Amino acid sequence: MKESTIMKIHYGTALASVGLVAVHILMRLTTGFADSLSYENVLANYRSVPYVIMLELILILLAVHGFNGLRVILLELKQGRVYEKAVSYGVVIGMIALIGYGSRTIIMTNMGMV
Amino acid sequence: MAQVSSIEDENAPNLLSTSKSVLLRISRFNPESDDSSKFMEFTVSYEKWTTVLEAILDVKKHHDHSVAVRYSCRQATCGSCGMLINGKPRLACFTKISELDSNVVTVEPMNNFPVIRDLAVKFERLFETHQKIKPYLINENSELESDEREFLQSPKEVEQYIQFANCIKCGLCNSACPTMSTDSSFVGPQALAQAYRYVADSRDKGKDTRLDIIDESHGIWRCHFAGSCSQVCPKGVDPAMGIQFLRGYLLGFRS
Repeated sequence: MKESTIMKIHYGTALASVGLVAVHILMRLTTGFADSLSYENVLANYRSVPYVIMLELILILLAVHGFNGLRVILLELKQGRVYEKAVSYGVVIGMIALIGYGSRTIIMTNMGMV
Repeated sequence: MAQVSSIEDENAPNLLSTSKSVLLRISRFNPESDDSSKFMEFTVSYEKWTTVLEAILDVKKHHDHSVAVRYSCRQATCGSCGMLINGKPRLACFTKISELDSNVVTVEPMNNFPVIRDLAVKFERLFETHQKIKPYLINENSELESDEREFLQSPKEVEQYIQFANCIKCGLCNSACPTMSTDSSFVGPQALAQAYRYVADSRDKGKDTRLDIIDESHGIWRCHFAGSCSQVCPKGVDPAMGIQFLRGYLLGFRS
């Protein structure tokens, strides 16, 4: 993939994350902040399908943005063909693993398995 | 190793002279024999028009001819005498001691360049990256035949790139760039500014080729817009701005 395409995704995920995380934070203010973080309220959030979709989107956006940021930092830290390939594949694996684990939590809670 | 001496002593006394003296600290390092660099100190007299290069050449002439320094034109045209002067990348021939406003002038080789000896550095990487971006007009019709006219440009078209054509390849921007110090594969502000110089030239048809060259993992996207390249350029080139314009092309904001 061209670096400019990767960076377009990087900037896009950043902008989208800012929007969705803002909505997420505003939702905390619908009740008292402490109340919104109580066990029942958190579970209720997970069981609301629109909210769960938003959480999943935030997870994907932040994982893509964050791991690409990590890739950039690591590429600037050290150079070399093997190292750079390892970094590129490593961050993709890390990204998939994080999204997988986060999605598992969201799906299990949504299905009442927690 | 410190040597303190005075050039003034050797000159005939001049009652009209308004000269002052300054401590010139010169970094000495020979990679073939030294483990680390050390400073030699010389007290030199200067007039308000004396440049750092002239002070170094005075030291070479009167005290230590082995000081290694690269220079040629002495008028900020050849780009040979770039060095760190009091910690900032500058051309020695273009920096007056009186403008530094300090009693101590410290000269060191430029950062981000391998040292040949003392103040002279290797320019291979600079020239390689410069060459990589194809610093010439790409146009199939560029070979003029008889009865043909040269390419015409309006003043507005010339304005698009003319400041970038002032680059003298002195390497000060690459020396000031923080990314260059950690990323040994980074193409660097000098080459990127030159890429923009040709991309913005209305006579050039190689825009896509150049954008492809700089659009890689150690290309234009590794610039963090510190802006130090533009601050140190002795010719008023603004590589940071050129880099942002190039990004505009790659992001689809410019065509």
